Amino acid sequence: MGEHGNGGPNSGAVIKAGEGRSSGYAIDNPGLPPHRPRLSDADEKAAKRAERQVSALFLISIIGTVMFFVGYFAVGVTAGDLQMLRLQNTLLGLGVAFAMLGIGLGVVQWARALMPDHEVIEDRKPLRKEADRAEAAQTINEIVDETQIKRRPLLRNTLIGAALLAPLPAVIVFRDLDRSEDFGPERMRHTMWEEGVRLVRDPTGTPIRASDLTVGSAVHAIPETLREVSGHGDRLAEKAKAVVLLIRMNPDDFEPVTPGREDWKYEGIIACSKVCTHVGCPVALYERHTHHLLCPCHQSTFDAAEEFKVIFGPAGRPLPQLPITVDDEGFLIARSDFTEPVGPTYWERG
Amino acid sequence: MSTQSLESKYTEEQYSEVDQYQPATRTGRIANYVDTRVGGTGMVREFGRKVFPDHWTFMFGEVALYSFVITVISGAFLTFWFDPSMASTRYDGSYVPLQGVEMSTAYSTALQLSFDVRGGLFMRQLHHWGALMFVMAMAIHMLRVFFTGAFRKPRELNWVVGCTLLLAGLGAGFTGYSLPDEVLSGNGLRIIDGMLKAIPMVGTYISFFLFGGEFPGDEVIPRLYSLHIFIIPAVILILIAVHLFMVVTHKHTQYPGPGRTERNVVGYPIGPVYAAKAGGFFFVVFGVLALLAGTFQINALWNYGPYDPSPVQAGTQPDWYIGWFDGLLRLMPGYIGDIPLEFVIPTPWGGNSVATPVLVTFLPITALLLGLFVWPWIEAWITGDKKEHHILDRPRNAPGRTAFGMAMMIWYFVMWAAASSDLIATHFSLSFNDVLIWLRVLFFAGPILTFIITKRICLALQRKDREIVLHGNEAGVIEMLPHGEFREKHTRVSDYELYTLVAYESPEVTPARPNAKGKVGLLEKSRVRLNRTFFEDRVAPVSREEYIEALSHDDHGTPAELPAGSVGAIESRKS
Repeated sequence: MGEHGNGGPNSGAVIKAGEGRSSGYAIDNPGLPPHRPRLSDADEKAAKRAERQVSALFLISIIGTVMFFVGYFAVGVTAGDLQMLRLQNTLLGLGVAFAMLGIGLGVVQWARALMPDHEVIEDRKPLRKEADRAEAAQTINEIVDETQIKRRPLLRNTLIGAALLAPLPAVIVFRDLDRSEDFGPERMRHTMWEEGVRLVRDPTGTPIRASDLTVGSAVHAIPETLREVSGHGDRLAEKAKAVVLLIRMNPDDFEPVTPGREDWKYEGIIACSKVCTHVGCPVALYERHTHHLLCPCHQSTFDAAEEFKVIFGPAGRPLPQLPITVDDEGFLIARSDFTEPVGPTYWERG
Repeated sequence: MSTQSLESKYTEEQYSEVDQYQPATRTGRIANYVDTRVGGTGMVREFGRKVFPDHWTFMFGEVALYSFVITVISGAFLTFWFDPSMASTRYDGSYVPLQGVEMSTAYSTALQLSFDVRGGLFMRQLHHWGALMFVMAMAIHMLRVFFTGAFRKPRELNWVVGCTLLLAGLGAGFTGYSLPDEVLSGNGLRIIDGMLKAIPMVGTYISFFLFGGEFPGDEVIPRLYSLHIFIIPAVILILIAVHLFMVVTHKHTQYPGPGRTERNVVGYPIGPVYAAKAGGFFFVVFGVLALLAGTFQINALWNYGPYDPSPVQAGTQPDWYIGWFDGLLRLMPGYIGDIPLEFVIPTPWGGNSVATPVLVTFLPITALLLGLFVWPWIEAWITGDKKEHHILDRPRNAPGRTAFGMAMMIWYFVMWAAASSDLIATHFSLSFNDVLIWLRVLFFAGPILTFIITKRICLALQRKDREIVLHGNEAGVIEMLPHGEFREKHTRVSDYELYTLVAYESPEVTPARPNAKGKVGLLEKSRVRLNRTFFEDRVAPVSREEYIEALSHDDHGTPAELPAGSVGAIESRKS
């Protein structure tokens, strides 16, 4: 190899873009290689064999279609029988697969083995001819002249003005995509929680006694008033803001409390918004040994002992804490609404 | 005004010929009936024997097209049963575990489609697999076009159409994914809502307008449905038409090889060979998708339950093409040490929040997608190449582009893998935090390493090509010379194989060109820097002189071993 050099940057050929018209290369373009006949070109027996292969594939297609009918009619309506549904789905799938693959592979094999395999050379047309370009340019000039738009700027300017304004209604008309009465970001500051609202289990709606919660347990809770909201959509929207996770920990595990939050817990019970402050997934996983909360969507991890501070992951703020206490009957209630908006950060949040 | 002449360009015979022709056969009569009304003759003349180059890598565009057609067909079937309403209903279908559960009509009709319509489950799975295949085939097709340089002049605009198709495909996929209104897709929408809200100034309102109020409301599914079954497919169809029209205008590119030039197309004629292969291939794609739909379960939506903002499953994954958005959300930390990245801009009206951890993820997304669209112009600017190209590059012969493309692919794959960081951790019993931290390192280091390694591999492959050209292939025969030296025999390759190895463009670094004022501007300087990274370490193709020199030094390749045709050609060249 040594005597030939290794094609370093300054040896060998430099062939710049577009110059590669064969003359610059080490050898001239030798033209198409000679055609090599296939077995089926030379031997009629081989051609016959290819014919039988193709027909066999077409027959498989017919069998596939029959298999589909069997799956559809013989298995019938499965009405909740999951075993039969699985069988039917498999038969339909295999049936269509055989029906289609039979035709497809058959035709491709037909093309490969029996249709001519001579490569053909076709010239590329130039994308345009200079004479055509000149003629087209002249045509356009004539058209522009005939409109007189260059001579009459008033026409042009008013047309531009009109054309700029005319599409606006097409944008404005979408204003009522949100026709809520309380339109605007202000509504995101409030949830259904207020003083005295009981925390009830999600989804059963049973109220929770502080004494029902053992140390280490976690309960998904919603406001008792949620069931009074009429309308599926409204109820889901309220629930999407109000869902809460209740945790009972050993009271000694809590880190020192931020001033002003001293009475937000009840004994070892602490409540937080279940809506992740990252992009809003439910923070649903609780690990009792480490008292960490994990959001399964993007793995933001919050520490319940430190007022739900972020200890890992993409969340940018702690989970809002819900102040709670118990009522006369010993059921857990909210002391107030959340003191900050729940869920993902938005521009107007402040 | 002058009077126009009534003389026609065509003779009277040319007009009357049309009526005089009497077709002999029945088929001929039908063909003639159509032809004299819509003029099919021209089409057959133009397209009947049009030549298409054949190569297995040209198949992915076809796969994408056919998957789309199959997705449209199966999707049309689904629309007959699916009702995108978010009105509340109580499920009374045949799937026992959900009987009596309150849910939206959308979810209950999706369940009905799966359990109570014969073939409904099959069609749903066919639709989902078809959609996954559609986006995947588009992505691979684009990689093929990128790495072979097929996007270069005159095909830049068709590349842009292709990029738009990819985006439309993502849109179609995501809107469809969200329609069944179960917990999985609902949480997907929840994430979209969170990302929208992070957009400064307008984000909150975009979210309100999309959901018709606060998330989730009861408007979003019908709206996504309009987008999914009407607007986006219409856009895709129009773009496909434009895309194919341009393919016909440009004619297909071809790989370098004997007989191929910038001025011709070598391949098989449409009728019958290419039509049969391409037409047959539609059925093959259909068959493969049917096989997947019949044997591999996808999106078992009855397991998730109706959407409710409270529950969520661990280990859920989005459809693959959404993965990298989700992965980015995971990669970006919310805090660096104890310093939160989120902050509030103090304003008289109470401050505005900047959701940095979410907003930063928009940067790589924009960079990658925007870069995709404008790459043909960026590359032309770096290389200074303004010529037409119809012969493709073998990826090794464009080391700069190939290395850059691979770097971007790895970057994408890191983001994509990050979407499964939790599953990687649980499957391989690793610490989740470690997996994510390593992915963060790879996010920055991966593309750089990939660039360097890929470029070296390309250069090594080019050197290998040079060795084959100058030296021949190793014959696998060890011979002993009279004086005792052992040596491996080499056989020269034929001119046909040789031509593929030497026929490629290999530009050198183009030095900075001063502008009209005689100065080298900043832009030009950065162009030259990029040009250097592209072309500095070049392995030059074998020149004619080197090749003739090699032949004359050829002491172990006797003329008898040369292919018959090439000796004469070389002899004549020497003289």
